[in-house]
Amino acid sequence: MTNSKLNDFVIKLANVNGTGSASANGLLMKSIFRMGVPVTGKNFFPSNIQGLPTWYEIRVSKHGYLCRSGKVDFMVAMNAETYNADLAEVDPGGYLMYDSTWPRKDMVQRRDVTVMGIPLSAMCNEAFESARAKVLMKNVAYVGALVALLNIDMDVIEHLLKETFSAKPHLADANMQAIRMGFDYASENFECPLPLRLESMDATAGHVVVDGNTTAGLGAVYAGATVTSWYPITPSTSLIDAFSIFCQQLRKDPETGDNNYCVIQAEDELSAIGMVLGANWNGARAFTATSGPGLSLMSEFLGLAYYAEIPAVLYDVQRVSPSTGMPTRTQQCDIVSAAYASHGDTKHVLLFPSDPTDCFYMSQTAFDLAERLQTPVIVLTDLDIGMNDWMVPEIKWDESYQPDRGKVYDAKQLRDMDAFYRYLDVDGDAIPWRTLPGVDPKGAYFVRGSGHNKFGGYTEKSDEYKEVVDRLRRKFDTAATLVPAPILNVDDTKPRLNDFALLSIGSCDGAIREARDRMMLDSQTNIDYMRIQAFPFHKDVIDFIDQYDQVFVIEQNRDAQLRQLLSIELNIDPNRLIPLLSYDGMPVSSDFIVEGVAELMKQGHAA
Amino acid sequence: MSFLKKPKISHPGLPKNDIGLTIRDYEGAMSTLCAGCGHDSISTAIMQAYFELSIEPHRVAKVSGIGCSSKTPTYFLGGAHGFNSVHGRMPSIATGANAANRELNYIGVSGDGDSLSIGLGQFAHAIRRNVNMMYLIENNGVYGLTKGQFSASADRGSTAKKGEANPYSPIDPVLLAISLGCTFVGRGFSGDKEHLVPMIKSAIRHDGFALLDIISPCVTFNDHEGSTKSYAHTRAHMRETVHADFTERHEEIVARVEPGEYKKITMHDGSRVGFKRVDESYDPTNRISAISYIEEHRAQGEVVTGLLYLEESSSEMHSILGSSQQAMATLPYSKLYPGTETLARIQSRWR
Repeated sequence: MTNSKLNDFVIKLANVNGTGSASANGLLMKSIFRMGVPVTGKNFFPSNIQGLPTWYEIRVSKHGYLCRSGKVDFMVAMNAETYNADLAEVDPGGYLMYDSTWPRKDMVQRRDVTVMGIPLSAMCNEAFESARAKVLMKNVAYVGALVALLNIDMDVIEHLLKETFSAKPHLADANMQAIRMGFDYASENFECPLPLRLESMDATAGHVVVDGNTTAGLGAVYAGATVTSWYPITPSTSLIDAFSIFCQQLRKDPETGDNNYCVIQAEDELSAIGMVLGANWNGARAFTATSGPGLSLMSEFLGLAYYAEIPAVLYDVQRVSPSTGMPTRTQQCDIVSAAYASHGDTKHVLLFPSDPTDCFYMSQTAFDLAERLQTPVIVLTDLDIGMNDWMVPEIKWDESYQPDRGKVYDAKQLRDMDAFYRYLDVDGDAIPWRTLPGVDPKGAYFVRGSGHNKFGGYTEKSDEYKEVVDRLRRKFDTAATLVPAPILNVDDTKPRLNDFALLSIGSCDGAIREARDRMMLDSQTNIDYMRIQAFPFHKDVIDFIDQYDQVFVIEQNRDAQLRQLLSIELNIDPNRLIPLLSYDGMPVSSDFIVEGVAELMKQGHAA
Repeated sequence: MSFLKKPKISHPGLPKNDIGLTIRDYEGAMSTLCAGCGHDSISTAIMQAYFELSIEPHRVAKVSGIGCSSKTPTYFLGGAHGFNSVHGRMPSIATGANAANRELNYIGVSGDGDSLSIGLGQFAHAIRRNVNMMYLIENNGVYGLTKGQFSASADRGSTAKKGEANPYSPIDPVLLAISLGCTFVGRGFSGDKEHLVPMIKSAIRHDGFALLDIISPCVTFNDHEGSTKSYAHTRAHMRETVHADFTERHEEIVARVEPGEYKKITMHDGSRVGFKRVDESYDPTNRISAISYIEEHRAQGEVVTGLLYLEESSSEMHSILGSSQQAMATLPYSKLYPGTETLARIQSRWR
């Protein structure tokens, strides 16, 4: 039994990390994209430099679904250590390819999986001289075999290799040689192409393949950020790397050669956020990027920034926690700790991008909101968005964009007024005006985390303190009117299915969209789905939830943190918010949601 | 006394500096520290130094952490922005502020608890980066606001008010800073304003991180017999090594040779520090001999003071980073925005 699937399957590649498989897998994915077939790639890697198992999962989807499906149709099993588990994961009717240089006869067998051995190492050992090339090229050789087996366009591969190695043509030749070796062996020994195969489409126009850390870093460049300070932590490091590299390319002053940016690697996260606050206080757009453990360390300063009203942008690329957790696995587990980071009555504005394109746009939103509201804005992305290769609509840029620097008095405005008071609500929106150091003596004030009154003076008087923190609460109400509205998905052509709806955030979106399509196709009914984009919750979120008896809140953490936040902040009866939770560290799959919703309904929810 | 507002009346006869300001223009709010606190003398020296250098108060940014010392920026330069941050984290605020605007003058005020315990890491790394700022440690060996615990600078054997002796060895910020590669290190005494003012002026003009460790007795918790940070002990055991005289660039400096001066160092802006030899053997430009000199005298129970180490040829943070001369904070968006064509080019690489 073999499965016949056209442009709709999952290839999973099991490798050992540090063997150079990433570039071969990237080549494979990109060649499919260039054939016009929608594709995404997810990397499941260990917190290790060399020698541990690593997997790359490529989802080919003619419908354009970006999430994990939950199934594997074709396994490339290059790691003997994980062979049994890899074979077990293949869907019935699927395929497995392995390096037959070392026979695996005594390994587990499956009748419902077509197993194909190719002597990849033996071929490469013979063909290539250096030890490094022998290791690297066997990865390229399995791509060659897949070109034959899956009907990948050889011209596309050749073109990609020439592009990649344009500076080193001999490498392009060596890679092409390895491709041909794999291709020829597969063509001679197996019936190619398989029923599971590719055919060129025209469904990737207007799209790019990119990860969210790259787009967030680029977004910060386009938002006009000039200062960043950070401490290395997986999975956020590549966001700062992206910002730095783009700045090196785009932010050198053409006349002087000087840097119109400042990247400072801090000694720890406490210092990183301190530098960001110092820079923002002084009028630069400054940001940091971190993950859960770093957010914990930054909490003290975040409270100061909230209370002293200093703008800041913080990207939290979430990973599995608590504690060190699993640093290379994904979760949405910092929702509550980010929302209330720090001691005392603190609340922070959060943004929830759902994919890499969103990461770019939300970078501008984050900097604009931080300065408009004079408060930290935390962009909660995650490892899945940040480090995986997503096929997303290309970024469109509005030429007329100008940063919203918020309420900042300049020297002239200061000179024209009798006196400046830092924390007065002059406009009735609970947002005061601020001044920047060095502009005018009349603007001088003292930032303090201790009690201050509305004039900016030190106080230990109860009523004066209360006046300030009550305004800060009102400022959060203003924030709810300025944050991006949630995105509503309703299909009015179909009747409504029961009295429930789906509610979620961030990277769950892809899996929910696919699951929803499947459920709506099965039932021929509509299921309403809302994706929240920000905290504090926009008024539309309340209006949406109010329409249903029950709302399934889908998120990727154990404790239903979004649901907690909804019940606390919107005063919603928790019984109406039914959690559907995925928290095993893998990006949530559409299967999980379809099965989860079915199970909840069986239990009598929304019946 | 914080409810008292000082009237802003200047005596018509008060001397004016080069920009027409009097010393009153460099004052801040009324101090709320204890009467006789060494910190208040330091604030007075700071005002004097900025006044004499004719720096506009609003072109100075004052930053501090938490503690008695960190309160003091409110008490000087009322026309300057100030940032009273969190405990031990002033160096990061200063670093970020400086990253955003290299054109301002930065003064960081900290204490021995703030810099040598909770903030030791940030203190060390601001030195490593050579952030262009003056960093004062108002050092009294004791936690005042929490009522008298030993700090990390308290000498072993020094006693607390109630008599118990400190069993731990002290962290000497001066030795630490020199060993970390700090490019300007001085030690002063709050009771010796005459030497403090020129040292502060030199520190302000230094192009890089200038540390001044200033022994500043706590009259309430650490000024008793048995304390090694009391007025009496400091006066008795202070060993003056070098006098630093500061000369502004615009003053005529070429022809004038001060009596007893044996070394002049030109600062980046052309102003000069002249050293007068007090101890024949001391060389403030030699890191190794400076460390051993300080260690030797510490072993004898002496506190070495003066401008102890100066390296003017070093690069401050922005030079290391290659930053634009214009402050990041004032770069117009047009200089920061790479344009739509660039975006298209970048995205073409993602296909």
